[in-house]
Order: sequence, then C-alpha cells, then structure tokens
Amino acid sequence: MALGLLGQKLGMTQIFDEKDRCVPVTVVAVGPCFVTQVKTVDRDGYSAIQVGFGEVKERRLSKGEVGHLKAAGHGGLRHLREFRVDNAGDYKVGDEIKADLFAADQMVDVVGKSIGKGFQGMQKRHNAGRGPMAHGSKFHRHPGSIGAGTTPSRVYKGASMPGRMGNERVTVRKLTVVRVDAEKGLLLIKGALPGAEGGLLMVRPAVKVGR
Amino acid sequence: MSRLNAHQILAEVAAGNLRTDRPAMNAGDTVKVFARIVEGGKERIQAYEGVVIKVQGVGISKTVTVRRIFQGVGVERVFPIHSPRIDRIEVLRRGDVRRARIYYLRGLQGKAARIKEKARDPKPAAAKKPEPATV
Repeated sequence: MALGLLGQKLGMTQIFDEKDRCVPVTVVAVGPCFVTQVKTVDRDGYSAIQVGFGEVKERRLSKGEVGHLKAAGHGGLRHLREFRVDNAGDYKVGDEIKADLFAADQMVDVVGKSIGKGFQGMQKRHNAGRGPMAHGSKFHRHPGSIGAGTTPSRVYKGASMPGRMGNERVTVRKLTVVRVDAEKGLLLIKGALPGAEGGLLMVRPAVKVGR
Repeated sequence: MSRLNAHQILAEVAAGNLRTDRPAMNAGDTVKVFARIVEGGKERIQAYEGVVIKVQGVGISKTVTVRRIFQGVGVERVFPIHSPRIDRIEVLRRGDVRRARIYYLRGLQGKAARIKEKARDPKPAAAKKPEPATV
C-alpha cells in the first residue's frame, strides 16, 4: 500500500492528447493534504498515515477533533482518512502532500461514494431481466423466483432483491492519470469516477498493476 | 481551495484545446470540412462537403453532424469541431431552416432536399467571433 491523496470531484470534460485522440477525463482537485497523525506498528499495531483535507470552521468540529488537529498544527480540516503505508516513519505530522505525488500515465485507484439511487428494483439494481411488457403479460418487472419450494423451505441468505441502491463506497481500479497540474492542484483522470460532482474522492497508486 | 468554482476550472482545463478559428455553424448551413486522415503512416487532408443537420454540445465537446449524398447513399459524419484532426472548416452557404435539428432531410432527396439560403448572413465568415470558452 502506498500513500495517496484526498480530493474533490469537479466534473468531466474532454481533452485531445498528443496523438489528437479525444480523451474523456474527470477533473479532481486534490490536496493540499496534511499529515495529521503517524501510526506505527510499535504504538498502534499497524503502520499508516492519517491525512486531512478541506478547510472547515472549527465550530463545525467537535472539541475532540479540534484538539486532535491542534496537536497536528492545523485549524479545521473537514476530512480525515488513513492510508496504510509500510514506511510511516518517513513522514512526520504537519507534512504537506500535493498533486505532484502523482505523475502523468501513472495508474491509480480511486475510491468514492456512489450517487444514491434510492429504492430500486431488480432490473436496475441487479441487472435482472424482465417479463414481456405487452401481449397480455402481467409479469413486467417482478423479481420472479427467489428459490426452490419445500426444499429448502427458506430463502437463502444473500438472495438478490430490490432495495436501496448506491450511496456506498466504490473503488475503481487501474485508471490512468492523463495530466497533473501541480500548480492548481488538479488531476485529470481518464474515465468516470464514482460519486457526484463536489464529492470526496481518495486517489492512491494502483494496488494491482500488471499486464 | 475549499470552495472551488468547478465550472470555471473545467473550462480552464479545456481551454488549451479550444480552437478559436472555427466558424459559427447552424443547422442548414452547407460546410466544407477539411479533415486530417492518417493512412498507412501518411497524413493527408480530406475535404468533406455537406449540410449541417445538427449542432450538438457546448465548449470542447461541441460536434456537428454533416450529411451528404455520396454515390446515391446518404452519409452522415460527426465532427468534433475542436479536434486537432480537423484542419479547417469553411462555411459555403447559410441555410434558412426553422428547426435546430433538420432530421427531416433524411427522408428527402433531390429537389425536395434543397434548403433556402438565408437572405442576409447573420454571421459573415469574415467577422466571426470566437466562441466563449464554456464547457
């Protein structure tokens, strides 16, 4: 695992690359992030860096949070997230991490919270098929069978059913960084990213890179 | 940096690719698009002339759909007008149509598919203004 950055999704646009191809990109305003705590194996049982991002008024935070950030030498930071790293000792509290952590053409994983879709049926939520919509059919978008009868005479756990969809943590792996604007703190990442515009994103170097 | 004007930043990101030398086009206009075509390592410019039947999108993602009759077959090509693969675009004729998307042209041919010319060119090709950098 490696250190990443927190950022805000700004939206999508397109750019033309050096081969004049049109590339769809999502623009992410990343950092500046600040190291607020260093966790070590000796003290915490694991090695990680806690990072804070986004300004917020101190009165919006609890006293505990304000105290924690004061110890790290900061005012209000809206979001705190941890990155598991092997070399936590290389960082110290107060360090600033910026967009230049990443380079163009690098592979990254992006974590975000997907847009909430509310209560959805089987077709949208689990990609189920549907019945005929006409010719006297009354079986339009029903879930259909949810299992056998007398045996096992119960519904297996985990059976897919209609329910709340979206608004959950989503990781999109192996996305390409198209451009890094260190000055403005922008990352241009190829393709779509989870969540609404303005939402919090976690960008970190791709865990699995190969092929 | 906490409160960002997302749209402004998106426009800035795209601004580098925006071409200011593209003429304003509307549905009904007859245009000639000079596209760069890479063929077996060699690049040449291919002219494509036809009628704009639709203008879609804003800013960097703006495209025009150009229809022409080629060997008796209707052909429609979509050009991203800010693409570097398009050398230049010439407006040959300003058409006078009542719709923004003149799909009805697909069902017409020959004399019926003619388009009236605009009495007065609202945007003369010489005094064209670059489009604002919106996204």
